[in-house]
Amino acid sequence: MVWANVTVQGILLGGLYALFATGLALVFGVMRMVNLAHGDLGILAAFIALFIVQSLGLPLLWATVLTIAIMFILGYVLQRGLLNFTLGTDDTRPIVVTFGLSIIIQNALILKFSADSQGLDAGKIENISIKISNQMSIGWFPLIVFLTAVAVIAVLELFLARAKLGRAFRATSDDREAAELMGINNKHIYSLAMAIALAIVALAGVLLAIRTTFDPTQGGFRLIYAFEAVIMGGMGSMWGTLAGGIILGVAQTLGTQAFGAGWGLVAGHLVFLTVLAVKPSGFFAKTVTA
Amino acid sequence: MSTPDVAKAAPALPGFRISRSTRMHKIVLVLSVAIIAVLAAVPLFAENAFMRNMVTFFTLVALAQMWNLLAGYAGLVSIGQQAYIGLGAYGLWLIGDVLGLNPFLAVFLAGLLAVAVALPVAPLIFRLRGGYFSIGTWVIAEVVRLIVSNIQATGGGSGKTVLSAARLPIETRITGTYLLALAVALGAILLVYFLLRSRTGLALTAIRDNDIAAQSSGVNVFRSKLIVWVVAAYVCGVIGAVVAMNLLRIQPAAAFTINWTAYALFIVVIGGFGTIEGPIIGAVIYFALLQSLSQYGTLYMLLLGIVAVIMATVAPKGIWGFIVKKWDIHLFPVSRRLVLDTPADQDVKPAEKPGPAPMAESV
Amino acid sequence: MTDVVLELQDVDVFYGDFQALFKVSFQVEDGMTFAFIGANGGGKSTLLRTIAGLQRPTSGHVLFHGEPVDQYPAHTRVGMGIALVPEGRRVFPSLTVRENLLMGAYGGRKGDWNVDSVVELFPLLKPLLKRGAGSLSGGEQQAMAIGRALMSNPELLLLDEVSLGLAPVVIKRIYEAMVQLVGSGHTILVVEQDVGHVLTVSDYVACFLEGRISLEGKPADLSSEAITAAYFGM
Repeated sequence: MVWANVTVQGILLGGLYALFATGLALVFGVMRMVNLAHGDLGILAAFIALFIVQSLGLPLLWATVLTIAIMFILGYVLQRGLLNFTLGTDDTRPIVVTFGLSIIIQNALILKFSADSQGLDAGKIENISIKISNQMSIGWFPLIVFLTAVAVIAVLELFLARAKLGRAFRATSDDREAAELMGINNKHIYSLAMAIALAIVALAGVLLAIRTTFDPTQGGFRLIYAFEAVIMGGMGSMWGTLAGGIILGVAQTLGTQAFGAGWGLVAGHLVFLTVLAVKPSGFFAKTVTA
Repeated sequence: MSTPDVAKAAPALPGFRISRSTRMHKIVLVLSVAIIAVLAAVPLFAENAFMRNMVTFFTLVALAQMWNLLAGYAGLVSIGQQAYIGLGAYGLWLIGDVLGLNPFLAVFLAGLLAVAVALPVAPLIFRLRGGYFSIGTWVIAEVVRLIVSNIQATGGGSGKTVLSAARLPIETRITGTYLLALAVALGAILLVYFLLRSRTGLALTAIRDNDIAAQSSGVNVFRSKLIVWVVAAYVCGVIGAVVAMNLLRIQPAAAFTINWTAYALFIVVIGGFGTIEGPIIGAVIYFALLQSLSQYGTLYMLLLGIVAVIMATVAPKGIWGFIVKKWDIHLFPVSRRLVLDTPADQDVKPAEKPGPAPMAESV
Repeated sequence: MTDVVLELQDVDVFYGDFQALFKVSFQVEDGMTFAFIGANGGGKSTLLRTIAGLQRPTSGHVLFHGEPVDQYPAHTRVGMGIALVPEGRRVFPSLTVRENLLMGAYGGRKGDWNVDSVVELFPLLKPLLKRGAGSLSGGEQQAMAIGRALMSNPELLLLDEVSLGLAPVVIKRIYEAMVQLVGSGHTILVVEQDVGHVLTVSDYVACFLEGRISLEGKPADLSSEAITAAYFGM
């Protein structure tokens, strides 16, 4: 029964990965850009929340809401003020610029907060669990994170399918120039997409900070797991991203259980590489080309 | 328009040839040989600390050339070359300590360990494109780092000392490593130079501009990318081995750190993408800054990041690109030029083979 | 005296080093249907793209109701009443037909055109409203693309090669719909390689050759020999 428990932990962990992945997938879907600073921006959000709680003394819930709002605005400004200028025919520029951004964020955080591990305290909820059976209990907080991921994806999918702006996102994703002819200002749409993506990753960052410890150098790992979830899930599908996250989470937890602490992450990567080898377009791809 | 009049009026076309080098190139060649001779003579009069520092410079030059070969010429922005650098470092230990070969020889063999990983990895990650390809290269580096960190045989997290190198007499090791590093830097530059002059180089230019179009005109895109990928992995492996010779200690955290990519990226962004001269200039600037600012560690990296972001956004061709634009200097005769035979027998300001004009979707 | 809706004054357009339009000038009056014909590469599509705002003139001006519009990007021109049906249809494949039509109204103006009136013009679209636009045939996509442009309630409608790649019977139906449009008070600019159909619906025609107007006039006044000569540059 220990395996069932471990699998469930993996599934719940997958929810967190999916939450990180969703913003990455959204930005890529709308403007074909991969933001290498995505993970670091999530960590930045965690530090912002920490700052608000520690230095401004606000309760965690308010700090979270405020952080999400700040990151939303930051996303819009970042895209409109910098990243829009890197988009164009050259594929390499956005990669180089967002990588540079990643370095800036990491080192700025180290300067301000030091390289030490930090944690966000959410109180009792971090420790209580639901007992399912004698061998299995589920932590309340991991469950909340998972359900949050499901809710966010559901809202996002609904937005893309039904809302006028969501339709505009999809149209821009299909054909940028034709979208312009419809009256869509691409610069604005891209910036909104980034704003939403950063708002989501901010939520992910705060939840991560509560769930485990974090430090300025964690961003890269968050990016990698998000990326693996997106690729395994398949391009163009938000629910696929959830599936990808779950596959990754389960691979990691089973790997840790089977081979020991250091090997869990390796197992996750190896599963990813296997999926890449065997089903490179992912399991739930809606679009064919990357 | 009737054609007969046109034919009568046309002047005789001047004689022409397609050439690669100009007089300036020949001057540069002479200068370069002189500089190399001076650098090679350094061990005769310099201190050990200086030579060890110069090893860092030479490895940066070589690393930047490889990163630029991948990103600037083949369009493969790799943020995972540290996998091969680290493998080279461990390769030195494996071949020098475990197999007992001469460490100087082991350096060149260590590159093969990197190739052994790079080859099977290629068909996997070449399925990814753009930014996703980049992250994919990082995943590979992470896998290698984690495995090496977890295995006791390679020293786990605390790493190993390269005893075969440590046992060498100090003068031999320091001088030898210095000359080795100089050779690797020169080798990397020459390698890129000759690769670009070859058919693969022509294929790369086509791929960089538009790889789907290149494929449909018969260029074997996969093979060209693979060649570049393997060459870069090998040289990065050798670089890693040289670094290990210089430092004597190898640890997974340092050997496989993403900072290698950061340094290479800074150098190429500042110096200039897609040229041989750019990364050299960039390495000189980066290294000079490193000497004066490295004590500031984090702040230095932060400033570099800001400079890199600004330059990549505003001046993507880097400092060398600016120089080319202003003075049209090319130190390396890589591209083909049209040279007209004028009566004065001077090289006419050549009409450089132009890049494709930005194509509209429809005319 | 009818209003001059659109005027081009000495418009030059470059793609990099390549010049696509050379000092193009003409006027279009309100309610007129103006056809542009000519061989491939003559500059006709560039002309429409420039009027729509996807391309900027290197020199010269595009005037809409007497005011220069060159500084306005494409996405604002829809709101001004200029709508382009681009070459190659350019539908949104992952959206349904209905959603494509709704996109047409996104940045457009208020008016009589809506999904129902578009379906009235193109009845073939009625059963397709819920279908993904990517799965439509060429003719269906073309009808939808025209409908999509109409959804913005344009004053000036630009049609780029609507008959390209379509079967003759489909082209006939599209032009039947266009006759209805012509009568309804829009000002229409039509670009076509196929000369036959377009001359029957237009008030005025200009022939483009290598970026310049080589012939213009009322279709009735121009002989087919003159048109052929202007078309091929003989």
